[in-house]
Amino acid sequence: MTSLGRLIRTTAFKLIAAYLLVFAVFAGSVIAYLGWHTQRLVTRQAIEAIDADARYMQAQFERGGISRLVQVVNRRARAPDAGLLLVTSFSGDPLAGNVLNLPLPVLSEPGWSEISYVRSEEAQAPPSRALVNVIYLPGEFRLLIGRDIVEREELRKIIIGPAVWGLVLLVVLGFAGGLFVTRRVLKRIDQMTAVSESIMAGDLSGRLAVAGTGDEFDRLALSLNAMLERIETLMAGLKEVSDNIAHDLKTPLTRLRNRAEDALRTAQADEDWRAAMERTIDESDGLIRTFDALLMIARAEAGQASAAMVQLDVAETVAGVAELYEPLADEVGLDLELHVEGPLPVRGVRELLAQAFSNLIDNAIKYSAPDAPGTRRRVRLAAEKVEGRARVTIADEGAGIPEAERPRVVERFVRLEASRTRPGSGLGLSLVAAVVHLHGGTLKLEDNEPGLRIVVELPLDAEGADEPPASSL
Amino acid sequence: MRLLVVEDDRDAADYLRKALREAGHVVDLAADGEEGLAFAREGGYDVLVVDRMLPRRDGLSLIAELRARGDQTPALILSALGQVDDRVTGLRAGGDDYLPKPYSFSELLARVEVLARRGAPQAADTVYRVADLELDRLAHRCTRAGQEIPLQPREFRLLEYLMRHAGQVVTRTMLLENVWDYHFDPQTNVIDVHVSRLRSKIDKGFDPPLLQTVRGAGYIIRDVAR
Repeated sequence: MTSLGRLIRTTAFKLIAAYLLVFAVFAGSVIAYLGWHTQRLVTRQAIEAIDADARYMQAQFERGGISRLVQVVNRRARAPDAGLLLVTSFSGDPLAGNVLNLPLPVLSEPGWSEISYVRSEEAQAPPSRALVNVIYLPGEFRLLIGRDIVEREELRKIIIGPAVWGLVLLVVLGFAGGLFVTRRVLKRIDQMTAVSESIMAGDLSGRLAVAGTGDEFDRLALSLNAMLERIETLMAGLKEVSDNIAHDLKTPLTRLRNRAEDALRTAQADEDWRAAMERTIDESDGLIRTFDALLMIARAEAGQASAAMVQLDVAETVAGVAELYEPLADEVGLDLELHVEGPLPVRGVRELLAQAFSNLIDNAIKYSAPDAPGTRRRVRLAAEKVEGRARVTIADEGAGIPEAERPRVVERFVRLEASRTRPGSGLGLSLVAAVVHLHGGTLKLEDNEPGLRIVVELPLDAEGADEPPASSL
Repeated sequence: MRLLVVEDDRDAADYLRKALREAGHVVDLAADGEEGLAFAREGGYDVLVVDRMLPRRDGLSLIAELRARGDQTPALILSALGQVDDRVTGLRAGGDDYLPKPYSFSELLARVEVLARRGAPQAADTVYRVADLELDRLAHRCTRAGQEIPLQPREFRLLEYLMRHAGQVVTRTMLLENVWDYHFDPQTNVIDVHVSRLRSKIDKGFDPPLLQTVRGAGYIIRDVAR
């Protein structure tokens, strides 16, 4: 494609061409209307002057007959700026007047017509145009009275000439301007296309140039850059996930395989086989759980579940999960204290939020249960409205997490040394973080002195408060 | 019971047929959606076990087609897609239960048996009875040997579900789904503690014990004497 061809195919150029066409048609109509009106005005003036002359001449004829009329005509015809005047006999012989070279048929009938003529005193001049009225007088005399309308012709020239040139100039300049603007637009678009292509080719770190003028291209570039930022984060997350899968799924898979091989090599009795098989099933269940958690985190991070969001009461969700875990907590020596002040309407996915809260309570149970038998500790679970947000707090009295480690524990598969020996995938908090993020909330890990306090804040859903709360799903 | 298994993976299908036959059921296999639909339309099955992703016609469309023809045979959907929204679309298409892959056979068997007896008269009764244990669903009362047993609302619902399926194994996941309406996997076995609390209320001091643990599967409430 030639560069001109590309220019012409751009939207900007097409818009400019369409705009020019509309503008030219409009300007043309205005000029035509003006011209027509001016012409009409000039014509009317000529008609009025001719009528006045005619009345005067007829009066002279009535008063003094043909001889007086000839006298008056001769006097008038010589005056400067005089109109056209001619008196003829029945046969067409001129008796008086200032017109030569009249086309013959003009006098053969009374009435108005437009003619070209030559004045008798300027016989050499080129013929001019005039509006004339022919009147038949008694005695078969004919009187022609006219007014030069060369003015009208001049006016027409004055209006049409510049108008045509103006329009031509307008179109030429318009197209030139259009090409110029389009080329500029095309240049920036081309830059964007080039960057996009390099990004598509795999270089996700590329960003569109922002000129700093704040125009629509800058805004587009800024929002595209924000989009690229998000994509890069997602891709980084994906890479992290695949790295983690490689590590944390292959490790248990290796264990699984080793155990099966060991059983093949050493198992003698039926019980040995049975035990090995059961261990294999347990191990694979653990793998499935890890895999499910990973998928769930990935889905939550991708934001796919946001379509399924409904209004729900977080206080109710928290209370429900607390109810599920209360007996277990009690059994391991923890008093689960529940303080909920509902309703706390939030737009969300009940299942995901319930899973997130259950992970948090599960962690509290795992890591803060008292070691010494007979002693008891508390886990405080609260859901309340704080500063226009729904705040869910889970505070335990366990060992807590050192401040330096806190940001790390939210990452996938991170398990602190202290927890390595306990069951778990290391995905619990990552899932919580992903779910909280999906709901537009924040997750904070704080010191409960002693113990860990986890604070989840979710935006309240003010709109649609009259919708029935989602009871299932 | 007569079961139809629609599953395109040969190994998985053969395993299911073998295991379901061992459990005493009659099993037909169909390898794709169209074949499955043709089999199912002949009727006479108690439960359909349908894989979600099938060649020629996917599982959801198979079930939707049957439902459109007025066939209400209970259907269990098996699927590798196990997230909440997948499950919702599965049930919306007319499936009666949804089991994500990979599943344990005991889970599948328990669900198939519960589905098959879904329409059993017991379900509509206002009073459930197992031996001398009685649960009055209208009065919200539970008695054993005439002695009133106070139950928390959740314990009541748990017992109600167990007794509705008296004589059938119900798994922990089934309890979590049907009593608590949660479809995720709590990492710790929270259900066990709830069940043991319930057991201490209804079985302690009475004979015989009615609420039993089925190893590797779940729980069953039944009258052992019968």
